[in-house]
Amino acid sequence: MLQGAALPEVKAENTRSITGSDLLLDALEREGVEVIFGYPGGAVLPIYDKIYSSKILHVLPRHEQGGIHAAEGYARISGKPGVVIATSGPGATNIVTGLADAMMDSLPLVVFTGQVATGVIGTDAFQEADVLGITTPITKYNYQVRKAEDIPKIVKEAFYIASSGRPGPVLIDIPKDIAAAPAEMQEEAEIHLPGYQPTKHPNYLQIRKLIEAVSKAKKPVILAGAGVLHAKAMHALKAYAEQQKLPVIHTLLGLGGFPAEHPLFIGMAGMHGCYTANMALSQCDLLINIGARFDDRLTGNLKHFAPHASVAHIDIDPAEIGKNVETLIPIVADAKEALQELVNGEGKPPVHDEWMKQLEEWQEEFPYHYDQTSLEVKPQKAMELIHSFTNGEAIVVTDVGQHQMWAAQYYRFNEANRWVTSGGLGTMGFGLPASIGAQLADPKRNVIAVLGDGGFQMCTQELAVIREMNLPIKIVVLNNQALGMVRQWQEIFYDSRFSHSKFSSQPSFVKLAEAYDIKGVLIDTKEQAENELKHLLTCNEPVLIDLRIDPNENVFPMIAPGKGLHEMEGVKP
Amino acid sequence: MRRIICLTVMNRPGVLNRVTNLFSKRNYNIESISVGHSELEGMSRITCVIHVEDEKASEQITKQLNKQIDVIKVTDITDQSIVARELALIKVQSTPQTRNELYSLIEPFRASVIDVSKESMVIQITGESEKIEAFIELISPYGIKELARTGTTAFPRGTQRSAPPKQVSIL
Repeated sequence: MLQGAALPEVKAENTRSITGSDLLLDALEREGVEVIFGYPGGAVLPIYDKIYSSKILHVLPRHEQGGIHAAEGYARISGKPGVVIATSGPGATNIVTGLADAMMDSLPLVVFTGQVATGVIGTDAFQEADVLGITTPITKYNYQVRKAEDIPKIVKEAFYIASSGRPGPVLIDIPKDIAAAPAEMQEEAEIHLPGYQPTKHPNYLQIRKLIEAVSKAKKPVILAGAGVLHAKAMHALKAYAEQQKLPVIHTLLGLGGFPAEHPLFIGMAGMHGCYTANMALSQCDLLINIGARFDDRLTGNLKHFAPHASVAHIDIDPAEIGKNVETLIPIVADAKEALQELVNGEGKPPVHDEWMKQLEEWQEEFPYHYDQTSLEVKPQKAMELIHSFTNGEAIVVTDVGQHQMWAAQYYRFNEANRWVTSGGLGTMGFGLPASIGAQLADPKRNVIAVLGDGGFQMCTQELAVIREMNLPIKIVVLNNQALGMVRQWQEIFYDSRFSHSKFSSQPSFVKLAEAYDIKGVLIDTKEQAENELKHLLTCNEPVLIDLRIDPNENVFPMIAPGKGLHEMEGVKP
Repeated sequence: MRRIICLTVMNRPGVLNRVTNLFSKRNYNIESISVGHSELEGMSRITCVIHVEDEKASEQITKQLNKQIDVIKVTDITDQSIVARELALIKVQSTPQTRNELYSLIEPFRASVIDVSKESMVIQITGESEKIEAFIELISPYGIKELARTGTTAFPRGTQRSAPPKQVSIL
């Protein structure tokens, strides 16, 4: 925001005196912050005056929403809190979507917003908004700084809260006069949070109960969510699944927690999950949920969800246990610690040959399918090509919609921290900026931003950052000239009344990329895709690929809203 | 079902906002909420009376409240032996003719008159919600001009009945 400061005007401080802003930057350095995604404005001018000479990399998005989504991408890949700065009023309200998104997907963020000076708070001053009030329901915690001396303590607490327990966004609102107020440098701050002590160690009795239940199970299955990734429990999960020979299903956000090529991996479950995974959840007699929250897009109609199963649920957040699905064995713990305890328990593995055989039969009979003979580019084919040309090793960032589901279905992740997507909130416009954060978190890895033409146009302006920072991100727009998922639902549930879901006019994405000095390529046949994608996806510069896909393609299989997991449609060609 | 939930919270700015926000965010129905300092410095005590469908819902509320950073302790005390009190101030129309009649109603309820004017009097009554309801009903024919209730505040008795309190925490 370019407008001036809120009244009363704060005089430019003598740059040599220590102020609240110095304490802030000092605290960020102590936390090891490498990058700030920020947008300057009136209320944060004192902070930006200190950023001017800071060593921390500052990324200037072209919209605050782009900044916070980039921070989310950074947090998802690095596992460290993403840091965001926005100015008061409109700067702060522009990051609201990102806060809600991070809250839903448990991403650690520490977000600073400027605020008008303390003397005018509550007077509807220029660029004033009640940021604490607005963000309370969509942050794990929020603060307003009242004294400059409190800054080090608050920042330290914020980083701790954001990244421990169940991660989430923490917001710190800093009035302009506080940021400019003289202050004294301090020694290491101490945190004091008597009401916040996440339980990391599992209860021994519950672990024994689970070990016993597993040994007796005939049809056991593990459902692993993003909690596995947050807890860095990938190895423990693999060790446990192998020790007990337990098949593993992933949620959308959990992908990468367990290797897709592993013989015990079943696939993704949920609304567009694979047949075997959904049927396994429907028919299992023991369901071990590790770090997933039984979201409605995963469970389908709760009445029909896992009707024969005893449910065990490992989660760091006690409020998730029993929230949607009745749980027999509740284990409040860090996923890694719980899995290690389970491995150390060396329980008797279940006798479940028949079950494993059944799963294998389903896998063979009902794989994902699409028309391979089509001359048009089928989006599924596109994802298969992207997978093979990047050896399955790229970081894949998506937006929200059909392309997101195709990416989840066809890009087989063998490792953690390769998958960035907006799950819980389903935020269109997330993908492009998130890919910037992902690339900054892992500069050497190939980052593929798979976007739809709708979502791409919601945050297009961030192309400028990609150019400016010379990030070699490959932007693949799966272009069906429609809001594909909306169009699909209108086709299926609203008698093909395509109300405002088809774009009658689109800009040339190639020219748009070129306007940002980014190479743009249009691909509209399968042959061209097969021949040209490899080179484009492996070059060392940013590229935008306008990939024209079959506009009538739908995502299958699918569970219609209100139906159970066993009532999938489109499981066979 | 009606549940009484007691919270001990850090006395920080925004804490009440967080608690009430949670009720609206999760679509819980509050009957009353009362807040004030507790015996510990820097801590406040909140008593909420809520209406929920079943025990599962009240357990979920307890857990969601517990998750708040500023919330130190949450207890659903409904099934415990408790002392619960509410205070109400009632301004009722009274003429010299009806005044004595009103006094005869006030006495058995151990309410007291704290202000009298030519046409009205203010009655203060404390007790459990049911008692206050009953009293209000009784005097409403005289014409209630104003009514203010504090909401219930409560905590467990020093001596509990032999039946153990219901466990909500799964930790």
